[in-house]
Amino acid sequence: MSNSFELCVGPIHPALKEPIKLDFTVEGERVKGVSFSLGQVHRAIEWAATKRNPIQVLYMAERICGICNMCHPMAFSMAVENAANIEVPERAEYIRTINVELERIHSHILWAGVAAHELGFDSVMHYTWRVREKVLDIIEYLNGNRITKGILMVGGVRRDIQEKDYGKVREALDYYKELYAKLEGIMLNDASVRARTKDIGILTKKNALELCAVGPTARASGVKKDVRVDWPYAAYPDLDIKPVLPETAGFKATGDTYTRIIVRLLEIKQSIDLIEQCLDKMKPGPILAEPVLQKLLVQLKNVQGEGVAFQEAPRGELIHYIKMTGQESPYAWKVRAPTYANLPPLVPMLSECEIADIPIIVASIDPCMSCTNRAIITDKGNSVLSMDDLRELSIRKTLAMQKEASK
Amino acid sequence: MGIDSLKRSLWVFHVNSGSCNGCDIEIIAALTPRYDAERFGIKLVGTPRHADVLLITGPVTKQMKEEVLRVYAQTPDPKVVMVIGNCGSTGGVFYESYNIDGPVDKLFPVDVYVTGCPPRPEAIIEGVVKAWKKLESLEAGK
Repeated sequence: MSNSFELCVGPIHPALKEPIKLDFTVEGERVKGVSFSLGQVHRAIEWAATKRNPIQVLYMAERICGICNMCHPMAFSMAVENAANIEVPERAEYIRTINVELERIHSHILWAGVAAHELGFDSVMHYTWRVREKVLDIIEYLNGNRITKGILMVGGVRRDIQEKDYGKVREALDYYKELYAKLEGIMLNDASVRARTKDIGILTKKNALELCAVGPTARASGVKKDVRVDWPYAAYPDLDIKPVLPETAGFKATGDTYTRIIVRLLEIKQSIDLIEQCLDKMKPGPILAEPVLQKLLVQLKNVQGEGVAFQEAPRGELIHYIKMTGQESPYAWKVRAPTYANLPPLVPMLSECEIADIPIIVASIDPCMSCTNRAIITDKGNSVLSMDDLRELSIRKTLAMQKEASK
Repeated sequence: MGIDSLKRSLWVFHVNSGSCNGCDIEIIAALTPRYDAERFGIKLVGTPRHADVLLITGPVTKQMKEEVLRVYAQTPDPKVVMVIGNCGSTGGVFYESYNIDGPVDKLFPVDVYVTGCPPRPEAIIEGVVKAWKKLESLEAGK
């Protein structure tokens, strides 16, 4: 008689805020196999794009994902600009860069909170979400809204950053610089976090390369890969930037959950530095290639050709492809979000892990299902383990380890 | 407007029916220290069976329709349904999509709509206050 059971997680569960369905095969506490099914957040965005003009699609691109809502419209407009041969003014490139880097800070801090929540450290989650508000404040100050910003336009941006506002941005960056040591202390030096994440969910460099992992997930496994460096876009060619690898901070790139935390923390530091560089190097100038909307629409209507844009979103490499055939609407639009590339690496990460480690491993790739699509765990035919039960298990494991350590 | 009696804390269950995350992170933001709705005892619970209020985000995709209906059936009466965000209220930018069975009020009655894309945490808290009043009137009528 086989001892294996099937365990199904999702699509509605309170820990991940989005739907995904994961099927695990478990033997006792050990995960032997995993598969996932996607599609719960399919909203037919790419299809709807073929019925709207590129400027309208821009706002839909912003609503692909509520967290990366700067990267998507930016990648989309880069693809359109590529197809239409529009040159973006230099200042607009800088403003775009500042905004995506602010978004990276917000996304990585948010992720640190979610990861802490999965481990059962709700106080850390509340702490990180409180400090995250500062970057949201600055985003709101610069763009007029906390989440969806609506400042992008094909050929530039719609809002300038006034010179008098630089001080405010710098002040927020200083706040994070001061805070950084504390965040590092909480996430890297805490004995329980270390025990729960070290050597858990290992993705070897070989696997990362073979399964095409992207972004921080790949970099934590020692794969030197960052679109901002490999295929520089926007203002990145002017900036001093190197891919963040665990080695830069003196850690080994083991590819476990702990190194993924390290990489994300270091990237917060890197983003702060990049924004400062942008503020220093930014020169006054126009912010739109074509300020008259009607003219721009006519210009886009006559475009025939294809455009591709690559971008380093907070979660990894993001690709937008667009084909225009001289119609008002694009003929085709394709989005390849980073989580889509990072889901196959989840399979080796999750195999042979304990059930209690599932939440933190899944969270460690920072999955974004609205960009991609979600995970389910069921006991064959009988009970369904909700993400809550799993988190309960996870919290119990932390407590047990703390007890063990204090002995 | 005030709440007449604070007999008990509101427990909330959050369903993502295919949302973009924007509203979802604003819901969490409303619960975390800056806005701190938890100080009123409002908290997210892990199962609809413990919930008084159902928070629904997203335009309800075809794959999620059955799940959302099941969660609604699992929530005990009296319950209040709150829709957060434009796409749950009207379909938003996805209104014409072939893969959407929403907005939410096509599936079951909705008591509070919080519009915005995404609504600010303040708006969500105001919505919760309205839901609270509605719940009290429901309980009084019982």
